[in-house]
Amino acid sequence: MSVTTVMLAGVGGQGTILAGDVLAKVAVAEGLEVKLSEVHGMAQRGGSVDTIVRFGDAVYAPVIDPGVADHLIAFEVIEGARALPMLRPGGRLVVNRRMIAPLPVLSGDLPEPEDLEPALRAAGAVLLDAEALACEAGSPRSANVVLLGAASYGLPFAESTWKTVIEGRVPKRTVDANLRAFQLGRDACAEGVCEL
Amino acid sequence: MRIHPEVFVTRTLMSGNEAVARGAWEAGVAVGVGYPGTPSTEVLENLVGYEDVRCEWAPNEKVAAEVAGGVSLGGRRVLVTMKHVGLNVAADPLHTQAYTGVNGGLVYLVADDPGMHSSQNEQDTRNHAHGARVPVLEPSDSQEALEFVRRAFELSETFDTPVIVRMTTRVSHAKTLVEAGERAVPAPKAYAKDPSKYVMMPGMARARRVELGARLERLEAHACSAHENRIEMRDAGLGVITSGIAYQYVREALPDASVLKLGLSVPVPSELVREFAASVERVAVIEELEPFLAMRVRALGIEPVDTGLAEWGELSPAKIARAFGAPEIPVRKPIDGLPPRPPLLCPGCPHRGVFYALGRMRAVVTGDIGCYTLAALPPLKAMDSCVCMGAGIGMAHGMALAEGTTAPVVAVIGDSTFAHSGLTGLLHLAYNNSGGTVVILDNRTTAMTGHQGNPVSGIAITGEPAPAIDLEAVCAALGVSSVRTVDPNRIDETLEALKAAVAEPVLSVVIAKAPCALIVREHPDPYAVDEELCTKCGACVRLGCPAISRDESGRAVIDTSLCVGCAQCVQVCRYDAIVQVGPSCDIGGGL
Ligand SMILES: Cc1ncc(C[n+]2csc(CCOP(=O)(O)OP(=O)(O)O)c2C)c(N)n1
Repeated sequence: MSVTTVMLAGVGGQGTILAGDVLAKVAVAEGLEVKLSEVHGMAQRGGSVDTIVRFGDAVYAPVIDPGVADHLIAFEVIEGARALPMLRPGGRLVVNRRMIAPLPVLSGDLPEPEDLEPALRAAGAVLLDAEALACEAGSPRSANVVLLGAASYGLPFAESTWKTVIEGRVPKRTVDANLRAFQLGRDACAEGVCEL
Repeated sequence: MRIHPEVFVTRTLMSGNEAVARGAWEAGVAVGVGYPGTPSTEVLENLVGYEDVRCEWAPNEKVAAEVAGGVSLGGRRVLVTMKHVGLNVAADPLHTQAYTGVNGGLVYLVADDPGMHSSQNEQDTRNHAHGARVPVLEPSDSQEALEFVRRAFELSETFDTPVIVRMTTRVSHAKTLVEAGERAVPAPKAYAKDPSKYVMMPGMARARRVELGARLERLEAHACSAHENRIEMRDAGLGVITSGIAYQYVREALPDASVLKLGLSVPVPSELVREFAASVERVAVIEELEPFLAMRVRALGIEPVDTGLAEWGELSPAKIARAFGAPEIPVRKPIDGLPPRPPLLCPGCPHRGVFYALGRMRAVVTGDIGCYTLAALPPLKAMDSCVCMGAGIGMAHGMALAEGTTAPVVAVIGDSTFAHSGLTGLLHLAYNNSGGTVVILDNRTTAMTGHQGNPVSGIAITGEPAPAIDLEAVCAALGVSSVRTVDPNRIDETLEALKAAVAEPVLSVVIAKAPCALIVREHPDPYAVDEELCTKCGACVRLGCPAISRDESGRAVIDTSLCVGCAQCVQVCRYDAIVQVGPSCDIGGGL
């Protein structure tokens, strides 16, 4: 299998790193070579956080250049728009319809960016409201699992592997809610136009 | 796709830093010691989780390296960890440990940060190693990180030298699959008194200097046949000499090229390089940061092709492919006009109160390194310099000597940074009759690097309580007669203390003491803005708290899910428009 690259883009605190970890473990469980990369440090203080997961028969670089990602899962619209050049033309784009204003916008120093959804849609995005689906699943904090579900729809892994890995990764009492969150994200994509 | 259970069982995903800890444990280290610093920090944080290894955070890298030297002298294996700039601090012991050699294996884990993701500069640790004449191993993934650390201990004891394992951000933080092994603890070596080896005064050091040169020659001969250094022959048209993460990029960008992969890259194995160069038509050297290998290849009379690759920042597969004429990868057009998302001081950060006050005083602030460096950014913009850990104190004094400004000059330093290298700076000021002011930001933790304990917070690396220094008493003992402690969440109190301190003709210290908002478990209820009372003056917004924004009309809004109730904004609002409200609800739990 040639290398597939999934990029998760979000804001510190949104759970991108943990979501990337689950995705990487799923690929490992399916017997593939895997590399996962994330940047720590300054980025943790509310900055942009990008996680990259690459899997296939032989994976070399843990990071990628613009135009290389096959999938971009954006946890937030500004970060999705920012990361767009990383996604190869024809790549799959899933975007959470949530905007977290950066400080220069909060303080009024910079205007709020105009509605980014049309541009993202034009780039082929499937948009979903992960927070709303997470609430529907019974755990508002499982938005990252909703997004994993959305990502999973376009990835070549068995649903059962996803579920096993998620079960092993979340607190016991939240397993059901998280599995529901995963399914809701996956279904949202199945209904949408998520073809590669 | 099939599941291969055996793969799942024996190989696990580990970051490079986790793998280093594992490798050190397998190698039977008795002690791990270091000072935090991205991207090296997780090594010791993981090693402390293994049984039968004593781990310690040191106040700084020099002390860590000296403790390590003692463990080695005492006959046990020891790992000392730091980031690249930490080796500047530990360079003094390293350069003479190279002379004394070791008893038990002594390995330095040093993590460089190409691209400066979380650093104030970009250095190539191979230069330090070359200067100190110690060998370097450069892993290119987690499996190698584990194996190279084990090898480093063998080399250290076989060749009687400290060994550096050089990581870079991508190797430290990328997770790749690792097959782990078992722990094997070598028998402790007896300590035998030997002043000619361990007491480095001129007469003995001269003899050791001769041995240092001879050892390096032996190491180089070994490096020519070491299995860490391998030739991968593919197309003989192009041969690439590379090391570390650059190897991965080369394999991706130039899959057909032959490669000389240097895992043991210092000292550069000249004979192996010659052999490789003779077997290919063209030689290229691809390495991250300095042209370290390239210079040595050139010194052998081999002229590598000019790749045009930069000597700074990170490499990438596309950069390398481009340098060899590959067509550009098609890339989507970026979306213009996106606001940047700079890192910020968190909601409720106690540092904010101090910098707000210093801004009001229009002070020149010679700063330092930690979360508080973020106060240099808008809207606070309350820091004038940041150079290296501890620098702010000496610089404040130097600014005063230069008499270049009429504004009050204030040094600001975090608690971990003060323990690291602020004490000696403060001693200088006291000793030289400075009339300056130093603020110690005591947030009870080393926040920037992920909340490690330190000698001020009195928490050991194990999480257990440890003796804590009494900052007031230490300042007094160093000769500071004016010491005040304030709560930086109380802005008026902080402002008054700072004003009084700078007005005094004597050296003064203000200790701003309040815990980092991220280590406080129970917060007061959040605040909200009373729409009717808010005059849209913007005073609260200028605190730069991520929980406070303006709505379309310009009125302030507090996000109660982010607010931790520090109440700093309440104090800067002159219209009593900010009021405490009930807690926001948060149910369930995700990943
Ligand atoms: C010589 C050196 N070692 C380590 C670091 C990494 N580093 C940067 S800031 C910091 C800790 C800062 O802690 P503290 O002074 O308590 O400030 P806080 O982040 O808690 O505000 C460390 C370890 C460095 N920059 N230089």
